[in-house]
Amino acid sequence: MDEMDFIELDGVEKVFDVRRKTGFMRRERREVRAVDGISFRVPRGEMVGYIGPNGAGKSTTIKMLTGILTPSGGRLRVAGIDPARERTKLAHRIGVVFGQRTTLWWDLPLRDSYRLMHRMYRIPDARFRENLDRCVELLDLGALLEVPVRQLSLGQRMRGDIAAALLHDPEVLYLDEPTIGLDVISKAKVRGFLRDLNAERSTTVLLTTHDLTDIEQLCKRVMVIDHGRLVYDGALAGLHEVGRSERTLVVDLEREMPPIELGPEASARVVKVEGPRQWLAFPAAGSAAPLVARIAAEYPLVDLSVREPDIESVIAKMYVSDSGL
Amino acid sequence: MRLYAVVAAGGFRRHATYRVATLAGVFTNTVFGFIMAYTYIALWDERPHLGGYDMSQALTYVWLGQALLMTCAMMGGGFEDELMERIRTGDIAVDLYRPADLQLWWMAGDLGRAAFHLLGRGIVPMVLGAMAFDLALPGSPWTWLAFLVSVALGVVVSFAVRFLVALSAFWLMDGAGAMQIAWLAGLFFSGMLLPLNLFPGVLGDVARALPWSSLLQVPADVFLGTYAGWDLAGAYAFQAGWAVVLLLAGRLLQSVATRRVVVQGG
Amino acid sequence: MEGAVAAESGIVFAERSRVVEGVRAYGLIVAMWLRSTMAYRASFVMTAVGNFVATGFDFVTIMLMFTHVDVLGGFTLPEIALLYGASATAFGLADLVLGSMDRLGRRVRDGTLDTLLVRPVPVLAQVAADRFALRRLGRITQGLLVLGYALLVLDIEWTPLKVAMLPMMVLSGAAVFGAVFVVGAAFQFFAQDASEVQNAFTYGGTTLLQYPPSVFAKDLVRGVTFVVPLAFVSWLPALYVLGRDYPLDLPRWVAFLPPLVAVGCWVLAGLAWRVGLRSYRSTGS
Repeated sequence: MDEMDFIELDGVEKVFDVRRKTGFMRRERREVRAVDGISFRVPRGEMVGYIGPNGAGKSTTIKMLTGILTPSGGRLRVAGIDPARERTKLAHRIGVVFGQRTTLWWDLPLRDSYRLMHRMYRIPDARFRENLDRCVELLDLGALLEVPVRQLSLGQRMRGDIAAALLHDPEVLYLDEPTIGLDVISKAKVRGFLRDLNAERSTTVLLTTHDLTDIEQLCKRVMVIDHGRLVYDGALAGLHEVGRSERTLVVDLEREMPPIELGPEASARVVKVEGPRQWLAFPAAGSAAPLVARIAAEYPLVDLSVREPDIESVIAKMYVSDSGL
Repeated sequence: MRLYAVVAAGGFRRHATYRVATLAGVFTNTVFGFIMAYTYIALWDERPHLGGYDMSQALTYVWLGQALLMTCAMMGGGFEDELMERIRTGDIAVDLYRPADLQLWWMAGDLGRAAFHLLGRGIVPMVLGAMAFDLALPGSPWTWLAFLVSVALGVVVSFAVRFLVALSAFWLMDGAGAMQIAWLAGLFFSGMLLPLNLFPGVLGDVARALPWSSLLQVPADVFLGTYAGWDLAGAYAFQAGWAVVLLLAGRLLQSVATRRVVVQGG
Repeated sequence: MEGAVAAESGIVFAERSRVVEGVRAYGLIVAMWLRSTMAYRASFVMTAVGNFVATGFDFVTIMLMFTHVDVLGGFTLPEIALLYGASATAFGLADLVLGSMDRLGRRVRDGTLDTLLVRPVPVLAQVAADRFALRRLGRITQGLLVLGYALLVLDIEWTPLKVAMLPMMVLSGAAVFGAVFVVGAAFQFFAQDASEVQNAFTYGGTTLLQYPPSVFAKDLVRGVTFVVPLAFVSWLPALYVLGRDYPLDLPRWVAFLPPLVAVGCWVLAGLAWRVGLRSYRSTGS
């Protein structure tokens, strides 16, 4: 028997009927295909990024995976369970963090929410205490346990939500925009925590985000969704190739000079000059080493650095190219 | 002046967009109107000239009550929740630094809302009531006008009370309690549950002297033609008097609160 | 054949355990709110008293009416107090247990219903227990006091059946009102802004039941007996206890129907809720 993948989507669709008022009594009905035939497999223990522009269908997919929405078509299984039919059975095995809404009880102290989840999820006492202590320590929640959730800052609440999602040892963690609105330090904390979680417990993680640094730091595999369809599914590095992205070599010369000329065969070209500093763009797929060697040989080089391509622009190009089809 | 007119129009429009909620409210008002109408019929059957009203006047009173219930926000539903929330979160500091006066600002908005509620939720139940029962509608257009003036004064009194209660959020931790008490008083002492004329003895005298009677009892009596000539002026004076007193109290509280906010920094 | 039976009993078992799961979850969430309420005891007492006074005004109104008359619709004050007390206690009980259901519309609108759907317990239980308000005991207390007054003052020919009728009336009545709350909430899956419609049936219903059926037009009484069966909450059982005539020439034994009516209402309410939730899961928010 084949080892079943943890998450399986086959031609999953979600169609909405949108009604809009066009006049006093008239209404217009439109069919919106929020998810238009998406298929992918996620094996257990993988950490996957799921990105796309607003309205692409990311949240809709997560809602179907967690059982909030029922698909209009296709086949969807998580751990072999159909979320639409056996919502509560699956709920014991998944954890969800919604970036913009909290799963905690708003008016009550953090500890009360955890205590309730302890009983609701039927977590064995020892396990619960162990998990809680661990989360409190790693997410720095000690001082916050007695504070009502409504009084927490966004970053604190997010960490509280992550802990809440993990107390019952879920096999998969869905994160819907988990770092939105967080400051740099909080983001780093959260990322580190997720990395450790995935490494130690093989928790499958599906992460949707607009912050591409999250993806770079955490996910080896990324799926790009646009207009309800999957436009890319593979390694992060491959994204650059598909996007034909370029890296930037920032060169500091001894003095101000005219733009570096490397000849027509070189694939690098100068894009900006500011005094003794020059910016050269070259294909991201290639190595920077030969280019650096040539410039060092032919020009008075003082210092240099390599800048990775701006993933935003890579993605943006991808969206544009897709909608151009 | 123009600013406040805009605010009032905004208040009207904002509540007008809730079409479904308004319809639902009309339904509920109508149901309650019918229930109360039958109850009053039973009561007036026993005592035909109770409180100085005949049967059709009593029934008219019921439907006036339903019409003015939302207009004077007797059970809340006005600006008070929003204002209290802004005080609680501290956003009120922004409002206080605006060039517009806080009390007048909220009053303008509330008047706009009241106008919509009178039209949107008051008229239909009244019409339905008139179709089902024999109501005592005024013959003279002057009475209708006098009624509208009285309603306007009632709305101002209602606003002034709710403004005071809302400001209590500056000092009380839990504003819900104060609001609840204002609700009860509003409902009971306005004559919504039973005309104040039916309150016996001292209770009746006190009830008729309290500001809440301006919300329903007084305008209803104007509508039913109880006040003629100088009596009408007296009724207006009663309503206006309470309006002035309560508005001034509101301004006093407002300045105390403002000073508190400025000193504390929000 | 066996397989079908086994499958069917499996489904029945699953249904029953859903109810058990729901009740358990309800209990857990309520316990949490209770703990929190009790932490601010003074505030709780104040709001409970406030609730008591607010709901009591209805009876004060009736008492004021009786300063002018001796009978209303052919009923004396103690008789009306029986109707009132039964209705208020039943409604108060339903309000305490399920009153939070009308917050559903708000949750649908701001998307927070989704957070309930990812938890391993039935959604209905979570919505019902949300913000459990112990202060609603005020209404129950007030209702019981009025009921007590009525029972003390009234000269009833007590039989064992009549005695049993009292708790049955209050509990079935509470169940019927509870079902109305659930149907009202299910309605909010489709029309979030129309939550006020429900008030016409719940608060309107309670107000209606405070007065004897003889006060109201035949059509209204018919509606409240056969369409929305509020008459079974307090009117019919109370009239049985008082030994008075039923409206609409109904047979004597209908006074014993409330528990059945309550079950029927809950079957409908459960159906309405399932339809509503399914619709939400199909169309999102």
